[in-house]
Amino acid sequence: MLSDELKRITGHELEERQPLKHRLHVCMGTGCISAGSDRVKTALETELRVMNLDGTYAVTTGGCRGLCAAGPLVAIDGDTNIAQRVTTENVPELVQRMTDLPDSLRLPTEMPFFRNQKKVVLEYSGNLDPNRIDDYITAGGYTALNHALTEMTPAQTVDEIMRSGLRGRGGAGYPTGLKWQTVAKAHGERKFVICNGDEGDPGAFMDRSVMEDYPFKVLEGVTIAGYAIGAQQGYLYVRAEYPLAVKRLKSAIRQAEKIGLLGSNIGGTPFSFNIDVRLGAGAFVCGEETALIASIEGKRGHPRPRPPYPAARGLWGCPTLINNVETFSSIAPIIRQGADWFAGIGTEKSKGTKVFALSGRVNYTGLIEVPMGTTLREIVFEIGGGIPDGRQFKAIQTGGPSGGCIPAEFLDTPVDYESLAALGSIMGSGGMIVMDDTSCMVDVARYFMEFCKTESCGKCAPCRIGTAQMHDLLTIITAGQATLEDLERLEKLCDMVRSTSLCGLGQSAPNPVISTLRYFRHEYVSHIVDHHCPAGVCSALSQPQEAAE
Amino acid sequence: MDKIKLATVWLDGCSGCHMSFLDMDEQLLALADAITLVYSPLVDFKEFPPDVDVTLVEGAVSSEEDLHKIQMIRQRTKLLVSLGDCAITGNVPSMRNPFGPEAILERAYLEDGLINPVIPTVNVPPLLKTVQPVHTVVPVDVFVPGCPPPAGVIYEAVAALTEGRTPNLHGLTRFGK
Amino acid sequence: MNSNVVTLSINGKEVSGRDDETILELALENGIQIPRLCYLEGLSIVGACRLCMVEVLGAKGLIAACATRITEGMVVQTDSERLAEYRRSILEMLFAEGFHVCSVCVANGHCELQTQAAHAGIDHIDLPYLYPRRKVDASHRLFGLDANRCILCTRCVRVCSEIEGARTWSVSGRGIEAHIISDFATPWGESTTCTSCGKCVQVCPTGALFMKGASTAELEKRTDFLSWITAMREQR
Repeated sequence: MLSDELKRITGHELEERQPLKHRLHVCMGTGCISAGSDRVKTALETELRVMNLDGTYAVTTGGCRGLCAAGPLVAIDGDTNIAQRVTTENVPELVQRMTDLPDSLRLPTEMPFFRNQKKVVLEYSGNLDPNRIDDYITAGGYTALNHALTEMTPAQTVDEIMRSGLRGRGGAGYPTGLKWQTVAKAHGERKFVICNGDEGDPGAFMDRSVMEDYPFKVLEGVTIAGYAIGAQQGYLYVRAEYPLAVKRLKSAIRQAEKIGLLGSNIGGTPFSFNIDVRLGAGAFVCGEETALIASIEGKRGHPRPRPPYPAARGLWGCPTLINNVETFSSIAPIIRQGADWFAGIGTEKSKGTKVFALSGRVNYTGLIEVPMGTTLREIVFEIGGGIPDGRQFKAIQTGGPSGGCIPAEFLDTPVDYESLAALGSIMGSGGMIVMDDTSCMVDVARYFMEFCKTESCGKCAPCRIGTAQMHDLLTIITAGQATLEDLERLEKLCDMVRSTSLCGLGQSAPNPVISTLRYFRHEYVSHIVDHHCPAGVCSALSQPQEAAE
Repeated sequence: MDKIKLATVWLDGCSGCHMSFLDMDEQLLALADAITLVYSPLVDFKEFPPDVDVTLVEGAVSSEEDLHKIQMIRQRTKLLVSLGDCAITGNVPSMRNPFGPEAILERAYLEDGLINPVIPTVNVPPLLKTVQPVHTVVPVDVFVPGCPPPAGVIYEAVAALTEGRTPNLHGLTRFGK
Repeated sequence: MNSNVVTLSINGKEVSGRDDETILELALENGIQIPRLCYLEGLSIVGACRLCMVEVLGAKGLIAACATRITEGMVVQTDSERLAEYRRSILEMLFAEGFHVCSVCVANGHCELQTQAAHAGIDHIDLPYLYPRRKVDASHRLFGLDANRCILCTRCVRVCSEIEGARTWSVSGRGIEAHIISDFATPWGESTTCTSCGKCVQVCPTGALFMKGASTAELEKRTDFLSWITAMREQR
């Protein structure tokens, strides 16, 4: 029985921890590692050994706590006692005053950044060792899979996800349950589950963090999906630029296979399921589902026209369920705590929570998870701690190169799929870039268009040529060489590329331009007519008064 | 009815459009009743007059002289007609654009085994970096594509303009016709 | 094969066809022309040129007629001011992207891009020309490739892999840098896979792939071999 095995592992793990006085979770997410947390971890281990405390204190690899700006972070036992900006130098001080951290080290965990979040996807808050399945199981992991396998039929599982109101976290917000049901009902000898981990928006690192910190949770979600739709094989498509995520996922798969949580007859049930990792070679377009499928098939990562949707004809022509990392990571909590619980969070049409990568001109940058319906103001000014250096908030960019810039007058908008779309942006996968008055909106649009131009696959004419033409036009606007006719050309191109492109990349590529034109048209006109860049960014043009003085 | 004042100019082109214009044969007589030719390489007027009604431009904008000329002409002309592919697309003259003027001059004046290999600089206008279609440097009112546009199409265009109609050339001509 | 007959409306005209047919196929059967460049009967569908976009009542956006199957009660509009404008815009972009000098092109007068532009009433290109510097590959004994005239319809890629089975052609590069290569980006003349069958030259809609020795406006392409081959394959 699976439940007995889970209980046995939990019991053993707790026994191991019995003699321990404190457990020190050193964040080993990419952010903290780049700030030196791997050296901190070694120094901590050495210090404890020297102090002869290594029998009663354990140093473990922890996950991301979100506040990357304060890293490296070391959490003592849990969420409330956390040391920030730890270096090899202040490790001895940390060890000595572990339960009573000096102000220089203590992270004020009562701050709104932590208090105002609600964690479902990131529910373990970095307290798990991503390299150890025992840690995950002890924290309650795999009880959802066990519950689904032993007490729910596949149809009931689909129904539970349907009732939860979960929608795709990759950006488009398609109802997850409906997608599962379509694939479950589709005829096909073989079916596949694909987890889309090809996160590529500039400034977005939600999925990377989830895959790095909670690889088992991703596997559990994918496995439950496999059970629900009747698949025997799952693929995790992860971009090769995420080596740590790939390493941890691969290790997680091996560990899950070892104790029978993947493979044949999982937990003694008739259900068999395998998962493999496939690497993306760095093309942004491979986040588009049909291009991703082509890439897994070993072909050039080009999108193809839909319909047929992957749910009907996907990988190798078989019905295929494809969801994003965060979507799959919401599955286990829903099965464990019930659809009603999940549906109780969020707004009427957007249920649950959403993880955002908060970056740009905001005091606390990092990873956050908030209930759907939280206002942009709360995210920027409470959780994010407002704008640094006394500057003025100008806009928040959501949805990456497919999204748009939302100005200050809409800060009180609750974040959900519909309201962001109504403002000309999108929820997207969760990138949020805050901009202050030192950002030039034309330059921002040009930046995103350059990204789309470079990442266009080149298959369809509107996206291939249109992004290049739009980028050229934006470049001459920022250089002060454009006319109002050029602006008109740009707007026409935006409309045409959006309406005629083959896949989502091209269809949404004009969004950053359209949204900045909608709210900051005066900046475009100022560049063109007055040869003036109000933010003082475009060096070819005259600068604002205060900068010139 | 007053005769309209027609001018024709020849920028960077092969004069084929002007030849095609002359190919109108007897239709020229019909036109003659409606127009006065006030400036053209076909006749000997030295100055481009002010207040021209219609100017036909053959050729692309390749040199600084072309650029000044077309800007001056635009100011003095009510309706500017791009006549032929060179004026409209850059056509053959623009084939140097991917290489740049220096490479072309070197190829033509230095590399071809001439007796006196030197790039001419006196009495010749400097070349622009890229050859441009006329409408990218000044607004153009009517486009008559073709290489060259057939005589009948030119007649139709000019006749329409003399009658105050917008020429409808759809289906009559195209690029490369 | 199981297929049902469905009835729908195209441009207000009631038409019917099998539900495994596409909008484009049914329109052509009924004498309704829809502009297209990448589509060629007998080759697989890629939906890349986007000229055949049509309006379908109730659909979220425009629909590629070549890639969409007909359904019962569909209301299709293949021509409208909006569609015409988009098509003109796409064609203009293709002219501005490559380097199309019709007057000196082997395919002048027989070029599908040129024909489509004339149909669309294009008399000048409003967008800036990009003037790329692309290669001409004249290494093959019989044929040549002038990449400046290529519109990336990928008919050559498809005919070579799907009909001839040689797989000489493929696409390399991304976005505006995308281009056609033979074998592993080696000169065509050195290709070890090319059978010199010339099918790619015949299906190429422009003068990008041409027969050596053909002069300006001399190269008339013939694609009717495709229907013969596909018909014979189906009968086998």
